[in-house]
Amino acid sequence: MLEINDLHATVGGKEILKGFTLSLEAGKVHAIMGPNGAGKSTLGYVLSGREGYEVTGGEILFNGQDIAGLAPEERAALGMFLAFQYPVEIPGVNNTYFLRTALNAQRKARGEAELDSMAFLKLVRQKLSVLDLKDELLHRAVNSGFSGGEKKRNEIFQLALLEPKLAILDETDSGLDIDALKAVAAGVNHMRSPERAFLVITHYQRLLDYITPDVVHVMVQGRIIASGGPELALQLEREGYASIAAAAH
Amino acid sequence: MPASPRQRTEMSAFLDSQAAQQGQLKPSAFPSVQAWREQALAQALRVGFPHNKLERWKYAPLRPLAVKSFHANATDAGSAIDATLLPPAPRIVFFNGRFSAEHTQLNDLPGVQVQSLADALACDDARRLNFLGRQFSDAEAPFTPLNTALAEQGILIDVAEQAVIAKPLHLVFISQGAPDGSRYLRHKLDCHTGSQLTLIEHHISQDGDAGLCNQLMHIHLGMQARLKHIRIQRLAAARLGFSRNDAVLSSDAIYQRMDIETGGHLSRHELNFSLQGERAHVQSGGVLWATGGSTFDTRLSVRHQAPNADCKLVWRGLADDKARVNFYGGIHIEQGADGADAALSNKNLLLGPQAQINTQPALEIYADEVKAAHGATVGQLDDAALFYLRSRGLPKAQAEKLLSQAFYAEAFEGIADKALLDALHPYLPAILHREQEGLT
Repeated sequence: MLEINDLHATVGGKEILKGFTLSLEAGKVHAIMGPNGAGKSTLGYVLSGREGYEVTGGEILFNGQDIAGLAPEERAALGMFLAFQYPVEIPGVNNTYFLRTALNAQRKARGEAELDSMAFLKLVRQKLSVLDLKDELLHRAVNSGFSGGEKKRNEIFQLALLEPKLAILDETDSGLDIDALKAVAAGVNHMRSPERAFLVITHYQRLLDYITPDVVHVMVQGRIIASGGPELALQLEREGYASIAAAAH
Repeated sequence: MPASPRQRTEMSAFLDSQAAQQGQLKPSAFPSVQAWREQALAQALRVGFPHNKLERWKYAPLRPLAVKSFHANATDAGSAIDATLLPPAPRIVFFNGRFSAEHTQLNDLPGVQVQSLADALACDDARRLNFLGRQFSDAEAPFTPLNTALAEQGILIDVAEQAVIAKPLHLVFISQGAPDGSRYLRHKLDCHTGSQLTLIEHHISQDGDAGLCNQLMHIHLGMQARLKHIRIQRLAAARLGFSRNDAVLSSDAIYQRMDIETGGHLSRHELNFSLQGERAHVQSGGVLWATGGSTFDTRLSVRHQAPNADCKLVWRGLADDKARVNFYGGIHIEQGADGADAALSNKNLLLGPQAQINTQPALEIYADEVKAAHGATVGQLDDAALFYLRSRGLPKAQAEKLLSQAFYAEAFEGIADKALLDALHPYLPAILHREQEGLT
């Protein structure tokens, strides 16, 4: 589903991704772990097409299509989703309206019929029952005044609603207490399916106790230096990044 | 600063083109009206067009006035009003600068008395015309005295004591088929003690309208009167507009006002509130959305003249392309106006690299125990928010529009509730069209 080959990318003229290579198949969950400054969040933004994150070499293939030149909304319509580490507060824009507009924009781009408000509401009810999200949050402005946990739940709710083929979770565990972490992980696990792939970017092993990855990659200085099974995450937790990095050299 | 010979020559040529020189004024049956007009015209000629070295005219492009010809009361007899533009009754309609009895429909509106200025000028009650005698300082010239000298059209509205008018009254100005007309309109709205009214003003001109319109409205709110006043300006791109509203509030009067502007080459708007009665309350919201080559030049002035009055001013400016939005917000709290509570917020968005915003809040306080707050910002759409919306699938233009709408929505808060916004929807400029449940 996702093939990243020797990807180089710069932010503000500084190279952050330095030959990043990864292959992710449908139905799989890959975790990317790495220390601060490894380029994990940059990877998420580059994959999502954020302006200012410039691909200078290599390629990103999504289901065989090179997406490096596509706008964020075009990638979304293809089925890519980024759960933000810091979901953005947008005062004045109603959350439900935002969700419906987003879903319909994607459906329209794919040539599918748009959902009217009744059909959309039905879908929302159905997805709400899966995820422990307060109904009230839907009527407020997008993420505005939400607690850290509410923001992350809102991200996962969007994931459930938009049903992407590939979900990139950028440090979704950061700032969550244990109950919120479990709820978010349950939401993600519910979304796991043979057609969907996950790229879980995280700093700590903790999240992987609840979302079991098929493959764990260690990212240091803009590229992957080691890959393995879930046991690699445990090794990292025990020994730290430095020892793995030293072993890789 | 005395006017230069060139400034006076330009004013003289401007008046020539409209056949509006001394001796050409339409004679009035009332000697006092005649004298006011002659004095006012002399003042306009003496002052000339203001130089942009004057602070209050610094950012307003007045050159088109000096180099163009306008035709007084130009009308195209062949053009019929586009009825689809008309809101429902009760409504008062002006077509190409003239009161249209044909399209005005008040039906049954007990408690509201309406008279056109043309009728008032022809009646035998001189007292009804006293408001034309208002003197303006040279600093306020030349557009106010020009209005005094040349306005033959307008509307006088009286809302009787304790009358509560449930339906909104629409006041409609439509220009079409008279590309270089000049119009001078003078209005008076009296909301007597305890009365309640919602007034919705529509200023509409069709493409190709490059005319000039000079409007002046006197608004008086009696004790405990409540006025909700919406002004929607959607003029053609080449149109020149000079509007002034002077409102005086008595004790416990409540004036909620919403100004929406989206068109015109130059739209100058002076909005003055005098809080003369205790506990008078003004809430004024504004959305200035300038595109293309428009310049919007708004000067807001609130004078606290009695104790415990309050004002809340929330204005939002958006400038795209090469447009300019100029905003001046002055709050003056006079000696003795203790307990005043004044708040001014002016935020602006620059949407294009060549767009320009100028904002200047000004507070003058001569009283004790007052609360006064003001804030002005100029910024751009938030990149992070834009990316967030796009990453969820919203195309860039749609994401920008949504964020812009969320930006200005604050100006409506507390003035226009959902029911009023829904009712206004058909008459709002397309740029302000929002989805039913789109904004919080």
